[in-house]
Order: sequence, then C-alpha cells, then structure tokens
Amino acid sequence: MKLFTIHNLNGGYGKEAVIRDFSIQINQGDFIGIIGPNGSGKTTLLRLLTRVLRPHSGKLFFEDKDLTHLSLKEFCRKVAFVSQDIPIHFPISVFEMVLMGRTPHLKRLQKHSHKDYRIAEESLSKTDALHLRNNKIDELSAGERQRVMIAKALAQTPVLLFLDEPTSHLDIGHQIQIMNLIQKLNRHNGVTVVLVLHDLNLAGEYCSRLILMNEGNIFREGTVEEVLTYQNIEEVYKTIVVVKENPISQKPYVILVSGEK
Amino acid sequence: MRTRSVFIILFVLFGLAVWLGISYGSVSIPFRELLSENNRQILYLRLSRVIMALIAGCGLSVSGIILQALLKNPLADPYLLGTSSGAGLGAVMALLLGLSGFFLPFFAWLGAILSVILVLYLSRENTTFSSQSLILSGVIVSIALSSVLVLILSLSPNETLHGILWWLWGNLQILDLRLLVFVSFFVLCGTLLTFFFSQDLNAISLGEEEAIHLGISIESVKIILIATASLMTASLVCICGVIGFVGLMVPHMMRRVTGANHNLLLPATCLASGVFMIVCDTLSRTIYPPIEIPIGVITSMLGTPVFFWLFKKKRDGI
Repeated sequence: MKLFTIHNLNGGYGKEAVIRDFSIQINQGDFIGIIGPNGSGKTTLLRLLTRVLRPHSGKLFFEDKDLTHLSLKEFCRKVAFVSQDIPIHFPISVFEMVLMGRTPHLKRLQKHSHKDYRIAEESLSKTDALHLRNNKIDELSAGERQRVMIAKALAQTPVLLFLDEPTSHLDIGHQIQIMNLIQKLNRHNGVTVVLVLHDLNLAGEYCSRLILMNEGNIFREGTVEEVLTYQNIEEVYKTIVVVKENPISQKPYVILVSGEK
Repeated sequence: MRTRSVFIILFVLFGLAVWLGISYGSVSIPFRELLSENNRQILYLRLSRVIMALIAGCGLSVSGIILQALLKNPLADPYLLGTSSGAGLGAVMALLLGLSGFFLPFFAWLGAILSVILVLYLSRENTTFSSQSLILSGVIVSIALSSVLVLILSLSPNETLHGILWWLWGNLQILDLRLLVFVSFFVLCGTLLTFFFSQDLNAISLGEEEAIHLGISIESVKIILIATASLMTASLVCICGVIGFVGLMVPHMMRRVTGANHNLLLPATCLASGVFMIVCDTLSRTIYPPIEIPIGVITSMLGTPVFFWLFKKKRDGI
C-alpha cells in the first residue's frame, strides 16, 4: 500500500538544487536504505522529505494527501525523524526528552495527559531504555542516547520513521543492537523505515530495498542484490571493491580493496 | 511536589518584596500611617514604582528567555538586538530637536524599534535569520549607534543632553501614569503570548531542525517571538532606560531551580525577577536619600557577584 509518493522532486539550499528530478514511492512496511557517497544528497533528501527544507518543485503525496494541504503538525503526528546527533546544552532527563515526542499531539498550553506518559513509557520500553528514564541525557553513552532518541521519535506514534545514520557513532556491537531494534520496530510494530546508512554491509543486511544516490539523483534502486554489485559501487564511489556473499545471510557483502599491495 | 514548593517560596518572597517596596522609601513612614488619607500620595507613588519594577522585571527576563532559546546562546540578553543604543539615540534626537515631555519616550521607543528593524534587516538570509548573524548584527548596530550617541553628546554644549547618560543607567521613576499603562500593556500581552508559545520554546531549545520534526513551524514562531521580545524591551527601555543583568541572570538562576521546561521557567522567572527588581528599586531609593542611585547600577552590582558565585559552583560540579 502506498504511504509516501514523491514525484519529480527538486530542492536544496537557497536557489541551488541539490536534489534533481527525484521520484520514488515508499510503501507501507518498507525498510528502505539510502546509500551513496558524501555529497550525493542523502541528507538533503531526508530534509526535503521531512519538510525541513521546502522543495523548489515536485509533487509529494502522503497517504494520498497532497503535502501542501497537510499541516506540519499533522504530518509530524505520523512521521518522525531521528537525527544523527543533537547537542544538548542543558540538563534534561531521559523521560522529559521522550515526552517531547508528544509535542505534535498536544494543543497549545495543553498539559501531558496520562496517555502521553503511558506512550512515552511504552516507547522507552520498546527501545529497552526504560531503566534510564530518570537519568540526564548528557550522562548517557552513545548507544543509550541513540535508543532514547529513537524512543522520542516513537513517542510521536509514527507510521513512517526516518533515520539519518543511526549507527554512525557506535561500535559494531551497538550498531547491531540499534539495527536489530529498528528491524523489530519495522516487523512487529508496523513502522515503515527509511534510513541513510554509510555502512554498505549493514544496509545490505537489514534493508529490503536500497536507493543508491549519486549527484542528487537515484543511480540505482531495487533489491539489495540488484543494487550492491561491484559495478554500481565502483562507478559511484570511484573505488575498487569485491562483492561476495555473506555465508550466513546469503546477502551481498562488500569488501574494500586497498590501493597498494 | 518540588515545583509546588518552589512556587510557594517565590510567592512568599514576592509578597515580602511588595511589602518592602511599599514600606521603605526616602522618607520613613510607619506602614499603618501610610494607609491614612494624608499619605495617600506617597502610597500611590510607591505602589506605582512596585508595579513598574514588576513589569520591568517580567518584560526583561521574558525577553531574555526568548532570545536565549531562539539564539541558543545562554548569554543572550534583551538588549542584544540593539534596543538600548537605539533608544538612547532616539532620546538624544528628541532633546536636540527641543522636544520633551511625551516626545522623549516616544522618540526613544521609535529609536529602539528602528534599531531592531535594522538588525533584522542586516541579518536576514533569504527568509530566515540565523542566530549567529543576528548576534553579530546586534553587536555591530549597537556599537555604531552608541558611537553616534557619544559623538553627539561630546559635540553638544547642551547640558541637558548629559542627563541622558544618567537616564541610560535606568530608573523606575514614573513621570506619567499613562506611560506605565502603556508599557504594562505591552509587557503583559508579550508575557502571555510567550507563555502561549512555551511548548514551541521547549522544542526549539533542542535545535531548529528538531523543532520542525516535532511539528513547530519555526519561521513564523521565530518572527512572532522576536517581535514580542523587541516590543517589550523597546517599550521598557524608553521609560526606564537600560537595566542590565536582570534579563540574563534571573532566567539563568531559575533554570537551575525549575529546569529547562518553559511551562515552569516562564512563570517562575516572572515572579523571581519581580522580586529582584522591587528589592533593587527599594535599595536605589533608600541607600543614599534623597539621591536615587540608577537601578541599573544596583542590579549589576548585586547581580555580578551572584552570577560569578553560580558559575563557580557549576564549575566545581555541585
């Protein structure tokens, strides 16, 4: 079922277009990975899709509604975003942070109800972070912090979740932990997931569809096997790679090759 | 529970401060006699100063909170957008033109508003204002206008102009009750409006993009709140001059007590800055009667040590 349809999207910063003529359809239940070299427009694309940037042109339909007719607040009740890292300069507890996710559901001056508290608690327990609820955000480790930020996004009760490099500051153990968590949300809680990943192998392992971006447009889109070929990767990333098969999952596995022997 | 006791303490302090402000002045009159018919004038005078102090405290600290949240800079103060030097220049212009009375505050107000408009114009990027360019343009405009102000003062033989320097250090003397009504109107509306936006301020303190992801239409919120802060500061500066440190210090201290949640921070800061201002004003009237010490001197003298002490405590990790 169609969830988010993007037709001929153009946009960027100021007058300069970073994303050119971009079209894609996000269906309910998708687990889409956006990959591509630095400067290929991945983050700009996420900013356009989450309405941080206003598109120059293009048609966007969310649940068959034209996005221009959908208020930002209504949109944020259904679509949440987990950013790479946000610096917090003031003391705020984990629970207060997760409650912030209820903001789009509140009217002005409306206080948090029991339902809001319950949803925030449920979000924390979904991300295995309920025991952290009284900690201060700046006391947490990177992995714990990421789980709290995902809980904050879940408190918005989204049907669609965008994540910008959710594993970028984490060691391999925590990378897998976060990716397993996102997979669980996708499979058991019915959350459609679109994420930007730098790690091609994590993308290949978890995503059901991949979008390989290059110079502001889609270079290749399709299943993991269709996208993660050495031809595609070498052309876009301008580096030599070998693609093998992961012996456990049978997914393509990208091996880097150094310049000198 | 903790929140409730904080507010009870603040209300008690507020009551004490009002009592202090009414009972003490340049002439000492027992509280009971103050209520009698003969002393009605003095009572009204002191009452109007207490109200003025409360209004000035609220307006300055709420403007401070707005700018600190929007600019993500804990050192932002209400005069950051050029209102103080703009108002000073406006007032000097009025005096140079031989205008006085009602025109003086009006010109000061106009000067403050124009300088904010200039700052906003200079820092505009497409349709938005980045916090860095706002801070930078604010500093530049302030310096430029102050230099013009000092130039005029140094060239002018007119002695009355020099009174401006004194006026710029702030005082809460009410020359015209209509002015008190005027500034109270702006500050009350502005404070209520800001309270209306406390959710937005909470979200914005996480960062502008985060706020958008929480459904906050950041551009319009920013414009409304900057306009509110500017109007409040401008109307205050044209009547009471520049009163430093309140807008910076009181929000800081209250953040340590109530946390960063603006739902609590705003009312707590309004009460606390009211208390602080009433006490400072009472001191300014009673330390060296009949001379009144400019209230800006008192707030800064009292405020700086407290501020340093807080910073040191924070550094020592307590």
